[in-house]
Amino acid sequence: MDFELPLFLFNKNAGEFYMKSDTAVPVKDMPKTDPRMKLIAAKLKKESFKPDALIEILHTAQNAYGYLPKEVLSYITKALHLPPSRVYSTVTFYHFFSLKSKGEHTCLVCTGTACYVKGAQAILNEIERGLGLKAGQVTADNKLGVQVARCIGACGLAPAVVLDDEVQAKVAPEEIVQKINAKIGTL
Amino acid sequence: MNRQDLKTIIYAEKKKEETNKYKHKICVCCGAGCISSGSEEVMKKLQEEIKTRGLENEVEVIPTGCMGPCNQGPLMKFLPEYNIYQKVDCSNIAAIVQSQLIEKKPIEDLLLFADSREKPFIDARDDPYFKKQLKIALKNCGHINPERIEDYLVHNGYLALDKVLFEMSPEEVIAEVKQSRIRGRGGAGYPAGLKWETVYKYVNDQKYVICNGDEGDPGAFMDRSVLEGNPHRVLEGMAIAGYAIGANKGYAYIRGEYPLAIKRFELAIKQAKKLGLLGNNILGTTFSFDVEVRIGAGAFVCGEETALIASIEGKRGTPRPRPPFPAESGLWGKPTLINNVETFAAISPIINNGGEWYSEIGTPKSAGTKVFALAGKINYAGLIEVPMGTTLREIVFDIGGGIQNGEEFKAAQTGGPSGGCIPAEHLDVKMDYESLVSLGSIMGSGGLIIMDKSSDMVDVARFFMEFCMDESCGKCVPCRVGTRMMHDLLQKICDNKATQIDLDRLEELAVYVKETSLCGLGGSAPNPLLSTLRHFRKEYESRIVQHD
Ligand SMILES: Cc1cc2nc3c(=O)[nH]c(=O)nc-3n(C[C@H](O)[C@H](O)[C@H](O)COP(=O)(O)O)c2cc1C
Ligand code: SF4
Ligand code: FES
Ligand code: FES
Repeated sequence: MDFELPLFLFNKNAGEFYMKSDTAVPVKDMPKTDPRMKLIAAKLKKESFKPDALIEILHTAQNAYGYLPKEVLSYITKALHLPPSRVYSTVTFYHFFSLKSKGEHTCLVCTGTACYVKGAQAILNEIERGLGLKAGQVTADNKLGVQVARCIGACGLAPAVVLDDEVQAKVAPEEIVQKINAKIGTL
Repeated sequence: MNRQDLKTIIYAEKKKEETNKYKHKICVCCGAGCISSGSEEVMKKLQEEIKTRGLENEVEVIPTGCMGPCNQGPLMKFLPEYNIYQKVDCSNIAAIVQSQLIEKKPIEDLLLFADSREKPFIDARDDPYFKKQLKIALKNCGHINPERIEDYLVHNGYLALDKVLFEMSPEEVIAEVKQSRIRGRGGAGYPAGLKWETVYKYVNDQKYVICNGDEGDPGAFMDRSVLEGNPHRVLEGMAIAGYAIGANKGYAYIRGEYPLAIKRFELAIKQAKKLGLLGNNILGTTFSFDVEVRIGAGAFVCGEETALIASIEGKRGTPRPRPPFPAESGLWGKPTLINNVETFAAISPIINNGGEWYSEIGTPKSAGTKVFALAGKINYAGLIEVPMGTTLREIVFDIGGGIQNGEEFKAAQTGGPSGGCIPAEHLDVKMDYESLVSLGSIMGSGGLIIMDKSSDMVDVARFFMEFCMDESCGKCVPCRVGTRMMHDLLQKICDNKATQIDLDRLEELAVYVKETSLCGLGGSAPNPLLSTLRHFRKEYESRIVQHD
């Protein structure tokens, strides 16, 4: 029996994993279809297609797309001549990489020790109460995603929240929902 | 560039500084903390103000790295008077400039700590906050523009590199570092000189230097501030290490959460290469050394040296058993020296002033100074550097200004998720490697979280266990399964549902996990639990329900 993993199909006859998207987009066409792919192609070239540059290239892709679409992973896998399992295991190991969109706007709540001591949980509770979102969730329209981070290095200003790329210092739980709404327009 | 050229540049820059046309220098803190409080706008507004008043030929405005008391930011420092203004916002800049530069007197109400001390210190250097500190690794942090290599050169930058290349053999450099008795600042405290010597002794035509800037302890920002405030110092330390051990290539592994540190460090590399202080034939010698940045992808375990190496090689960051240690077989199987950011930052002063000078600071077994990131329920949260052996009380009360809202000190957590807590009765403990271990904690990398009575110690233990459980790489069973079991038991205690049997099992598990885990993550994961049990057992026992 063939079976499915999030990204792979296992074909028992061949005894091999296939990336699901292999058939979806012909890899050789990828760089032309999307300017973001050009960035990745350029990075691949800069790193001379060395397999040990995998993480660097994944960083580029994650930054360009906000997450790692299957087609992109498939392209990188082929370009570096790596087994898909190696790419998949690396992607899922690191917190930075994500296989799903994190939302157009992101609200990153720091839950490092300093922020924990100063009430990060209250902020998360307030977001859940006010917007119905738990950490790791994205709104249905993909507008806003809520995430947690383990320290962003602004501990002197705890509790800290990052809205899109802007660090908000000493956030009071009461004001968080309002801040988010101001940032992205009312949900 | 050769040696003479370097001297010429330094001489010219120093001359420029001395015959400075500027009468005043204003440093605006542009460390990550102050930037998030709005210091970049302050800087812009200040520059406009100076311009509208036609003072631009008298006053120089520069951005700097972290000055220390981050939660009082944005900070602005006037030199040569050393008047520091806190919580500056765009609305009071005009008044400050008027008073400070025209009327030549500071506005006392706006000075650093004016709202929390009876009377602020006009010259900030007199404030106990700074007086009790001794800045070596952070010496130029908050004083120079981290984005200009010339600023570093004026402050004797790259002189140590020049000295080792022209006046010292690799053996002599290692001897100097050994004599300084500096211990690694990344957590374990292994003597840096010994490590350098070990790597030096392995014969191989390819060796590597790695700077560990992964800073995994959540709640700590020492390495971040050093990389942001004085990246050249770290670069110089790495190059000196390269020369000493015989490596021509270095990697700086920096946390992905620190975009500013990455940007400034990359800029520093570019500038140093341009001046021939990095790259091929440094200063015209036969020594070549190049540095590349690798960006972490958010995994705590990647701070562990063998996992970090795997990550640089583009793999999953899972640790492997040691030996062989990286000193023998590290990056791509080559002898590799790994040190922490702060360790490298201390190298150039050691070379310039001599190992003996450094070894006399601190305590006999823990030489030198240590940077701490003070955070939590403390009045003056921020970055400090003190001689080893300074007591916790001095740090919390004399420097940190005591506990917020006049509450009582309950405990301080050192060493983050690998460390332990220090309760009030041990406030007079000397902060050095041995004393902290004797209390069941560790020095760690320098995170220092202060807690008051609002912190429930069982929940603190649960919090750290949750962290270790999430971050366990899953390679070995004791840690992968053990942290989960301990977490669930701790949760049960927090929910007032645990029995004495659960508590006994928890203690038993802690010992197993500690002794049988493959790497330091699992090995130290039970530490916060064990230390809260040691100092706050009552809080656990009061939650235990009797079995029916
Ligand atoms: C789980 C774990 C996390 C670590 N995290 C860090 C870290 O974030 N930064 C660091 O410098 N060292 C970290 N270390 C210690 C390193 O393995 C290594 O000992 C250190 O980088 C050596 O540098 P030093 O001798 O200058 O301290 C960690 C160790 C373990 C076991
Ligand atoms: S102790 Fe934990 S983190 Fe370390 S190797 Fe084992 S599972 Fe991985
Ligand atoms: S703990 Fe939140 S910023 Fe460090
Ligand atoms: S960032 Fe400005 S004082 Fe620390």
